[in-house]
Amino acid sequence: MSEAALSIAGISKNFGGLRVARSISLSLAIGARHALIGPNGAGKTTLVNIMSGLLQPSAGTIHLAGTDITHVSPERRVALGLARTFQISSLFPTLTVAENVGLAFEARFGLDRRLWGSVRKAAPVVDGAAALLHSLGLLDLAGKRVADLPYGQRRLVEIALVLALEPKILLLDEPAAGLAAADRGALLDLLLKLPEALTILVIEHDMSLVFRLAQRITVLVEGAVLTEGTVAEIRADPRVRDVYLGSRAHG
Amino acid sequence: MSVVDAKRLDAARNGFTRHRLSWLDALPFLFAVVVYFGANRYLPLGTQVMIQITFALSLDLALGYGGIDSLGHVVFFGMGAYAAGLFAMHVSSDPVLGLAIAAIVGALTGLLTGPLVLRTRGLTLVMLTLAVATMVQQLANANAMKPITGGADGLFGYHLTPLLGLFTFDLAGQTAYWYSLAVVAFTFFVCKIVVNSPFGLAIRGIRDNPVRMRMLGVHVTTRLVTLYCISGALAAIAGALSAQVTTLVGLDSLAFLLSGNALVMLILGGTGSLYGAIIGATIFVVLSDRAAAIDPFNWLFAIGFLLIFAVRFAPQGIVGLIADWWRRLDGWRNRA
Repeated sequence: MSEAALSIAGISKNFGGLRVARSISLSLAIGARHALIGPNGAGKTTLVNIMSGLLQPSAGTIHLAGTDITHVSPERRVALGLARTFQISSLFPTLTVAENVGLAFEARFGLDRRLWGSVRKAAPVVDGAAALLHSLGLLDLAGKRVADLPYGQRRLVEIALVLALEPKILLLDEPAAGLAAADRGALLDLLLKLPEALTILVIEHDMSLVFRLAQRITVLVEGAVLTEGTVAEIRADPRVRDVYLGSRAHG
Repeated sequence: MSVVDAKRLDAARNGFTRHRLSWLDALPFLFAVVVYFGANRYLPLGTQVMIQITFALSLDLALGYGGIDSLGHVVFFGMGAYAAGLFAMHVSSDPVLGLAIAAIVGALTGLLTGPLVLRTRGLTLVMLTLAVATMVQQLANANAMKPITGGADGLFGYHLTPLLGLFTFDLAGQTAYWYSLAVVAFTFFVCKIVVNSPFGLAIRGIRDNPVRMRMLGVHVTTRLVTLYCISGALAAIAGALSAQVTTLVGLDSLAFLLSGNALVMLILGGTGSLYGAIIGATIFVVLSDRAAAIDPFNWLFAIGFLLIFAVRFAPQGIVGLIADWWRRLDGWRNRA
């Protein structure tokens, strides 16, 4: 697959004697909706940390649109179009929703180093925030401090933050974790509406969300790829059911 | 642009907190003018207050806005004081030029030490900033440096030419008072510009969540070093002001005590608002002076008690307390 948006090959990660990733290979085509599932401790978050550059792999390579980014800084990877969210909501709690999103626009347009003028008059920031918050239905919350928001809304703000970066590839680490059923619906609606050209890798335990969002699924177990396939293939795979339902332990 | 779009823009814009100058910002300066005409014999004390306000403002910028927990901010104050003293002794005794040189030295100090210490956070950062300040103080006292710094004797015997060639520095300290007031106003203005800028929002973002900032593509350490240089330049101006007004620079201008005092001022007044620095420094210096006048031996008790009360009843500082009352009043008014 020469036109892969993001591909990793032979990625391994050891913490001392603990092997949390064992020669993982994965390729995301442009516009792919790919899910990464697996039981707790399978190394899913570690893999996202390696892809986004917060962790260096012990072995293996990462390519972004054909360019080797294995040793590229996390900041540079964002500039190249790779954005991520965190398993536990990672925002700026004392700042308002508008300021949170505004920071992403500042970063995208390189305004975060500008020492003069007012943020309120920085057109790319305010215009961008207005359009994005409106399209996500969050404009009414613009002046609210993130710390004062319920968790479900914080999750949406976090998605808004990465969308403000206009990434090519989006890594979502358990976006629905800790959300009530109603909020999950809102989140899924939002994710289904994302532009088709955007490549998405989502880690998620909520299978109904995974099956509705993803086209392909990779199952990770104990740091290694167990299998990869379409949604239908994975649903039919008895090994996956074993891993998730633990029938081996009972059988 | 349609009406709807304009409304959306306004809604988004109003979501960004205002940090601009307002008419309320004139109050402290009006107060200073009132003190000049009403309590003329306290001018030297007033000058000390303004030196400490300048220093506290510089620390608030780094700590309150950027989350740089520094216990070694005195290094900038001291470098500025020595730079101004040496400049007056050997180069020119023009006060404004001396301040400018001190500011440059302060910024360079930040540029030199910043990349070393600002990669860390929390307790490590606290200890590293403290270590840098201690090392510089030891260096100033080292035998090899004595021909330059004067060692324990410090720098003295230098004089300043009249301010702008017009106002002689008088014994009553009138010129020094107005000069200091102008420096505080300048510092406050610079802080306001920084805080209000896109950069100002970025450093608050770093304070809240540096990892998220990195994952937005922002070079966090670079931004922090920039902030450290600005804050260092302002702290150096405070030190230079002190050196010029007292015409004396000693090792105590590099002592940990000054870092600690500035921190206490911010705890009293509240961090991250600039006003807390003004209120906290004023209370700290005036109370220290009055308490020492009443009991020259146990005056630190007054500061200790005040600090305990502040931590117990106003953990966000006096500014936080006022903001809290304001919110409650607002809520009460909305209900009525």
